[in-house]
Amino acid sequence: MMGRIEPIVMPKWGLAMTEGTVVGWEAGEGDRVDQGQDILEIETTKITNVFEAPAGGTLRRQVVHEGDTVPVGALLGVLADDEVSDEEIDSFVSGFVVEADDGEAAGEGAPEPRKAEAGGRTLRYLEMGAGEGTPVLLVHGFGADLNAWMFVQPTLAEGRRTVALDLPGHGGSQKDVGAGTPESMADTLSAFMDEVGLERAHVVAHSLGGAVALALASAKPDRVSGLTLIAPAGLGDEINHEFITGFIEAGRRKEMKPVLGLLVADPSLVSRDMIEDVLKAKRIDGAEEALRTVAAANFAGGRQAVLLRDALAGLSCPVEIAWGEADRILPASHAEGLPEAVRVRRMADVGHMPHMEAAGEVTRLILAGLE
Amino acid sequence: MAKKSYRQAINDAIRQEMLADPRVVVMGEDNAGGIEAPGEDDAWGGVLGVTKGLMPEFGRERVLDTPISESAFIGAAAGAAATGLRPVAELMFVDFMGVCFDQIFNQAGKFRYMFGGKAVTPLVVRTMYGAGFRAASQHSQCLYPIFTHVPGLKVVLPSSPYEAKGLMIQAIRDDDPVIFLEHKVMYDDEEDVPDESYTIPFGEANLTREGDDVTVVAFGRMVGLANAAADALEKDGISCTVVDPRTTSPLDTDTILECVEETGRLVIVDEASPRCNMATDISALVAQEAFGALKAPVRMVSPPHTPVPFAPELEDAYIPSQAKIETAIRGVMAH
Amino acid sequence: MQLSRDDLVRAYRTMRTIREFEDRVHDEFAAGKIPGFVHLYAGEEASAVGVCLNLTDKDYIASTHRGHGHCIAKGCDVGAMMKEIYGRADGLCGGKGGSMHIADLTRGMMGANGIVGGGPPLICGAALSAKTLKTGGVAVAFVGDGGSNQGTTLESYNLAKVWDLPAVFVVEDNGYAEATPSAWSVGGSQVKRAEGFGMPGIEVDGHDFFAVHDAARTAIERARKGGGPSLIHVKLARYYGHFEGDAMTYRGDGEVDTIKGGKDCLTLFRQKVTEAGLLEADQLDEVDAEVKALIDGAVGDAESAAAPGEADLVTDVYVRY
Repeated sequence: MMGRIEPIVMPKWGLAMTEGTVVGWEAGEGDRVDQGQDILEIETTKITNVFEAPAGGTLRRQVVHEGDTVPVGALLGVLADDEVSDEEIDSFVSGFVVEADDGEAAGEGAPEPRKAEAGGRTLRYLEMGAGEGTPVLLVHGFGADLNAWMFVQPTLAEGRRTVALDLPGHGGSQKDVGAGTPESMADTLSAFMDEVGLERAHVVAHSLGGAVALALASAKPDRVSGLTLIAPAGLGDEINHEFITGFIEAGRRKEMKPVLGLLVADPSLVSRDMIEDVLKAKRIDGAEEALRTVAAANFAGGRQAVLLRDALAGLSCPVEIAWGEADRILPASHAEGLPEAVRVRRMADVGHMPHMEAAGEVTRLILAGLE
Repeated sequence: MAKKSYRQAINDAIRQEMLADPRVVVMGEDNAGGIEAPGEDDAWGGVLGVTKGLMPEFGRERVLDTPISESAFIGAAAGAAATGLRPVAELMFVDFMGVCFDQIFNQAGKFRYMFGGKAVTPLVVRTMYGAGFRAASQHSQCLYPIFTHVPGLKVVLPSSPYEAKGLMIQAIRDDDPVIFLEHKVMYDDEEDVPDESYTIPFGEANLTREGDDVTVVAFGRMVGLANAAADALEKDGISCTVVDPRTTSPLDTDTILECVEETGRLVIVDEASPRCNMATDISALVAQEAFGALKAPVRMVSPPHTPVPFAPELEDAYIPSQAKIETAIRGVMAH
Repeated sequence: MQLSRDDLVRAYRTMRTIREFEDRVHDEFAAGKIPGFVHLYAGEEASAVGVCLNLTDKDYIASTHRGHGHCIAKGCDVGAMMKEIYGRADGLCGGKGGSMHIADLTRGMMGANGIVGGGPPLICGAALSAKTLKTGGVAVAFVGDGGSNQGTTLESYNLAKVWDLPAVFVVEDNGYAEATPSAWSVGGSQVKRAEGFGMPGIEVDGHDFFAVHDAARTAIERARKGGGPSLIHVKLARYYGHFEGDAMTYRGDGEVDTIKGGKDCLTLFRQKVTEAGLLEADQLDEVDAEVKALIDGAVGDAESAAAPGEADLVTDVYVRY
């Protein structure tokens, strides 16, 4: 397997994470685990998520326990082959040094969002990674921003360039959304790719971003080497109108909490910080107006205005689609009846946010699509 | 998004609103400083530099230095607000309200009611408050309960740089007179603050911590201390909700009551002197509206009923500390 | 004299309206029909009207606790004022202000003011608005001899000067701050106080409409042209007490009657314009009758108007709370 002893350390999910709390172990000491298997649940101020085994082996030691809060990089547990002695494990644990979180300490190394001018607008984006691998462009959904990819982007960035951007009107991007249609945002996207020197990329896109990605692949097929669409808009006309209007109208924590609860299969995942982050984004001058424009252009009257099934059928690049069975925003049934070439993965007990609720699985799906 | 200080966040907010709205003017003692003096223009930018840079950018017509004459210029700000400007007037230290309070509470605060709803008074009075600067009795008071007591005024106590910017922009855009209290010890505190303009609504409390055991309501600078106390006690298995009401008028009584209903225990941290302050006000509210939910008597963490002392040892003993907050929380947990 | 015949009729009508209004309020108050504190302006009409005839709706005034005359001179609706004094729902301030807080910002009337010396700082603000927004407006503070001793007033002189504001301060010296004579309570002279702050000051006879009007025109035009603030010290007399119910035991025997007999501003005005052949006595009698009918109507309407409802108690505190 691995180099005999494999540490399990507190991951860094998102730029703001400095520590995490162990909610509980899903594997016991002495259990055999496979690489990618869920082994423990970790809570950050933003979200609670399942952490997967970084390698296969026997879980020899649980170093931190339920309820413990430790910094990013701290040793959580130890995986090792059975022949490694307990003494060796002990000495590994006692000799473990937490690596400084270079982002905090040096102020360099950790990527910071940057701004680019594209299509007459300033857009914010976060770039991570370099290498020969197919570059990846990550496009979030309605009301979200580039932080949506916090669980996915760091892993994708191993060996390739990844760029996550804020769509016009969202996150740190300029609030002018123009027409706000998938086509107009796809134009902005291709201008953005020019600006940051992404000639061709595999586009990973969620929800409304999925419709934008489809519009881009359809209009500029040479810019898109492949698509991973997560619960994309544009494949049916239903949409949860209550969510869209609730998200736009909610200005207070109490109003926003139940709205965000609709996004995920388990509403208890919605944390105080997640609500506050959404409200912070919405408080920016022009943000609410931008959302209204986008909603009016795409979801007027509670139906999706832009249908892209034909566009999807006309694509020649590989396309993968992931959908949560428990999606309460866009129904998973929209994944039915698609062209045969499109590979569809439906995930049980996952809502509208598979890239957050089942980040490991989604990451593997994207990586598979890149090959 | 960059890290900005409390001072810079407030400056940003005023500057962006001045850019957006030509009716916004700034006035106060030495808001620029150095007018017609042989030395530097914009010599001070406010006594602690909060308005630095505004005069060079917007000129003396919109950044008005004043004589040391609070009655006249705070009253002028009230009159200007009622006649078409949106003034941001600086009452350097809140302690100086004594020489101009008439203009705030009898004039600006009552125009709308006395005139049958026909007056609009978009006035912001910025003022520095709080102990911890070794500034002694006449430059260290809190006094926000006095403003809170006056119908017609809104009262804002930003607890961090992010809060300060959003609440200041809201204050400037608000059509009612707003008293905006800046804690002098916090000006160099830093955190991430968006470059863009944004507003935080008045009357909506922020939950800076969420927990099951104790509700801690804290104001202004006390929010940070309450957070630190909550974090320290978390390690001992005591989990606290920390409520930052943001504004004492309007006051988000719903959120306070909901949190008390959930936890059954309440500690209120208020830097203002203890008689008729926010802590007594909220205690009365909870006694009236959520008595049945209480598992323990309410605890108030406030200074003693004395003026603010000068000697550092005395002042440190005067100000509510993290340790005192932790003691109070443990105290209510003992029930 | 630069006033047209229309201007003269208007001046007379306004002064007569104030007198009639105040006399009726005096009677109705004595009859127990008006609640609260009332301070009457009768006798001082030439000051309010002499100043305000030089102003338009873009100009602002701030008044005093003795504010009815300033309100009428600045164009506030007389019927709505009377209802306000009666505390009626459709009074000028919805019955929430009363005699001491009558205001109409649409007419540039920033309010009577229950705080002596409360107005001058507000006028600095109104003048600053006019200057910053370049409206061409001027702001005038009326203040009594009592108010002239308040720090707010003296601070406002200084602020108006250092900010170079289009402001005019009108000190209406009726001889008494409440029951205390200004001869005793005012140190130095009003005009020299103005000069001490670097602004022009002038003293005028407040019984003489034309003297007040001339002085005010000069001061207001100066301010309007960017010439900065100035002060007018108007010497006049009030016919009634400080407040209604004041027995005026501090005044000399026959003091008020002597003034009424020899220096009443309405009588003087009438003499001057009829002797000069500018207006006919009949014309003025006609105005008197019209004004009497107007005030009769205002009192009748106010008596029968509805009081505010309990729901009105909690409205109008904030624009939004």
